[in-house]
Amino acid sequence: MTPELPDGVERRPFDERERLATRGDPVYGEPTDGDWRVWDAGRSKLGAMLSVGMDTGLDGGETVLYLGAASGTTVSHVADFAGPTYAVEFAPRPTRDLLPVAEARENLFPLLKDARKPETYAHVVEPVDVLVQDVATRGQAEVANRNRQFLREDGRLLAVVKARSEDVTADPEDVFDEFLDALSGYEVLETATLDPYHEDHLAVVARPTR
Amino acid sequence: MSDTEDAWFAGLAPDDIEEATARVRDGTGDTPREWPTLAVEAGYATDTDDYYQRLHEATLAATRGAVREAETADDRQLVHAVRSMDDTERVANELAERLSEWAGTRFEDAGTGVDAARPLAERDPTGPAEARIVSLARRVVDLTDERDDLRAFVERTAPDVAPNLSAMAGPVLAARLVALAGGLEPLAKKPSGTVQVLGAEDALFAHLRGRASSPKHGVIYVHDYVRNTDPDERGSAARALAGKLSIAARVDHYSGDLRPELQSDLDDRIATIRARTGDPAPGAGGPEGTPEPGGDDA
Ligand SMILES: C[S@@+](CC[C@H](N)C(=O)[O-])C[C@H]1O[C@@H](n2cnc3c(N)ncnc32)[C@H](O)[C@@H]1O
Repeated sequence: MTPELPDGVERRPFDERERLATRGDPVYGEPTDGDWRVWDAGRSKLGAMLSVGMDTGLDGGETVLYLGAASGTTVSHVADFAGPTYAVEFAPRPTRDLLPVAEARENLFPLLKDARKPETYAHVVEPVDVLVQDVATRGQAEVANRNRQFLREDGRLLAVVKARSEDVTADPEDVFDEFLDALSGYEVLETATLDPYHEDHLAVVARPTR
Repeated sequence: MSDTEDAWFAGLAPDDIEEATARVRDGTGDTPREWPTLAVEAGYATDTDDYYQRLHEATLAATRGAVREAETADDRQLVHAVRSMDDTERVANELAERLSEWAGTRFEDAGTGVDAARPLAERDPTGPAEARIVSLARRVVDLTDERDDLRAFVERTAPDVAPNLSAMAGPVLAARLVALAGGLEPLAKKPSGTVQVLGAEDALFAHLRGRASSPKHGVIYVHDYVRNTDPDERGSAARALAGKLSIAARVDHYSGDLRPELQSDLDDRIATIRARTGDPAPGAGGPEGTPEPGGDDA
């Protein structure tokens, strides 16, 4: 049994295929149908998590902190169905492209900040229901640990671990195990690989422990 | 309320967008809190919708500014370029002086200044001494060309680094102010009284030691609004100009948004000051109306 999709996300037919879609301004040249635009699971790991049927706990309308927003491919869909959405990205170039995406969405707040330094945005970001993390960089577990303070008690961490970010030669399985070991203050609820959408990625759903 | 001490909106006037932008960008906090409700309680926003609207505006402006600065606006490059431009010019002038002294002993028609170096560099030397003179002339020409290229680079880069400051001061003066302050950020943080006398440090120290009256202006003297204002009112003009330049530097540093109204405010202010002495009102205004004053680099 597949968990229900969050409000504001639907499976809709595009070219005879059922695809995830949200309602909002198009961002990356995705197919549209009226207000609806395809949420391409091949280009979005969170989209892939929903596509493979992970229980993300997302209902729609949540407050979200998104780490590693890049140019906004995924966070644009999140802002389409969620509530206030804080988008943290530390590279200037993709952030430049994130700006028009955020301009078109009044609930999307872009922040050029380093996710390893939560003190540089704790004065702006409120406690959130969902922490999405897709930073694809060294020390991915540490990033999740440091940002746990933003999660409400009943909140969810939705993290994507990229095997090759940690050590290009290591076996992905080892990297995933290390990530899960290094994760502290969280209880892991579910993990899944994102094949066939994204190779060498592990998706993790976790909740904060007291 | 100590709960909101760290908040980006703490103690902020609701209409102070500049400061809000700066806070989002440079502020820090220990712990996330329910900022939307706290902001309403503190009277910063009328309700949470209003709060999110303000937050949207402030995060966009802050991020736009931060991106601009990190990406294109390399104020360090600008500072090096404008200093190099001044150095090449100084060295070219020095060498040109030496050159004309020497060349005058061999060529009757040798002139003075860097411009005299060009025809000399084209000459066919006879004898080893003339060969050295012609070669030296070529160095002077090269240095002068390099100075011009550096200037072009400064003019191209300054509007990227500091769009409002460049529009108001002209790119070269804008670059000089940034260089004298040691960067755009330090310039943005200086009080306007300091900006007014940047580049007049010698006169300022003489004044502090009781040996001179306090300087009324530093490098901003080259700006048309100072130089071409009656000496009696020059101090007021310099103060008005420095005030607007300081604001421009802050906007450039913190958000990078274009604020053309800064220029028209300044135009009005200068018109008022000049009217006191019956001076002509300032020209057309706008970026085109205030080019780098006089075109020289004094
Ligand atoms: C795989 S991309 C994210 C793609 C994006 N989540 C999407 O699906 O649209 C990873 C991003 O994380 C960013 N990143 C890496 N380390 C970071 C850090 N410490 N703080 C903030 N962003 C970081 C990178 O610059 C990059 O843009």
